[in-house]
Amino acid sequence: MSNTPLAIGLIILGMGIVTYAIRLLPMMLLGRVEGRPLMRQALRFVPPAVLSALIFPELLLPGGILDLSPGNPRLLAGTLAAFIAWRTKNALLAIAVGMGALWVLQSVFPH
Amino acid sequence: MLSRRLEFIAGVKDELPILLGVSPFGMIYGVLALSAGLPASLPFAVSFVVFAGSAQFVSVQLIGAGAPGIVIVFTTCIVNLRHILYSASLAPYLTHLGRRWRCLLAYLLTDEVYAITITRFVHEATLPSRSPFLQWYFLGAGLAQWSAWQASTAVGIALGAQIPPGWALDFTVALTFIALVVPALTDRPSVAAALSAGVVAVLVADCPYKLGLVAAAISGILVGLAVETQQTAARRRR
Repeated sequence: MSNTPLAIGLIILGMGIVTYAIRLLPMMLLGRVEGRPLMRQALRFVPPAVLSALIFPELLLPGGILDLSPGNPRLLAGTLAAFIAWRTKNALLAIAVGMGALWVLQSVFPH
Repeated sequence: MLSRRLEFIAGVKDELPILLGVSPFGMIYGVLALSAGLPASLPFAVSFVVFAGSAQFVSVQLIGAGAPGIVIVFTTCIVNLRHILYSASLAPYLTHLGRRWRCLLAYLLTDEVYAITITRFVHEATLPSRSPFLQWYFLGAGLAQWSAWQASTAVGIALGAQIPPGWALDFTVALTFIALVVPALTDRPSVAAALSAGVVAVLVADCPYKLGLVAAAISGILVGLAVETQQTAARRRR
């Protein structure tokens, strides 16, 4: 480590400040979007877009390599969980079935 | 209608499945920080001050490598850019709150807390009477994750990563996101936004510092807007 303890303390503080500012400022400044229909319309798509962007690589890129085959346990287990979430709207059930399916499939298709 | 206390508890409860996946991640972070040559107090201080998983992983590596402070702070900033979208998307639901509430909730805003909270907020907005204590739900989910993150960092530092990778507990995070997003895909523009963001995320997965996620999210938003605009135009023509 080439930075002094004081410098490292300041670096951590700086990291904390930028992270907090990023999380706080839109919340503070963007309060009233009623008057801006395009903004409100765009913000509606943030949850589905962000969540899918987090989900897809987890299912399709196990270990960082694209795997669309039926031998990809995460893809099968995730698809099953999606089906259950769609039919039942029961989050806990979808998570439990998805996890159970992954364990079973992992033992069938060991890496 | 739920009371403040029950909203808080509901937030904690809804966060629990995700904590199964977050906790091993916290332990690995603790282990990784030590193996980067950092003293034990440091990764703990970072968990407390920064409280942002991915950024912490990158920054302890950089600190361990002796990178210049400005580079480390700037990298943290880039890795956390996606939080702008989260904060902006939550903003309309928090306008009635005082500054102090927003200052507290902003500190607790992570990927997982965002996913859970926004799903509840959007759902509540469709109801005839919205719960007046939704900030307590946010606080419950946030504090649950905060506590689990600090505790798992401490366990990782003290005892090492204790959970076998074969259990694949990290997958509970993706599964929870699936369980949250699928029921919310009730119209064609949302489905288009979700599919396009997912495909772009896979295509640009090699992008460093979570920038691929930002690009994917923005693509999804634009596609959603385009499909919605086209739908509205088609309806007008009819």
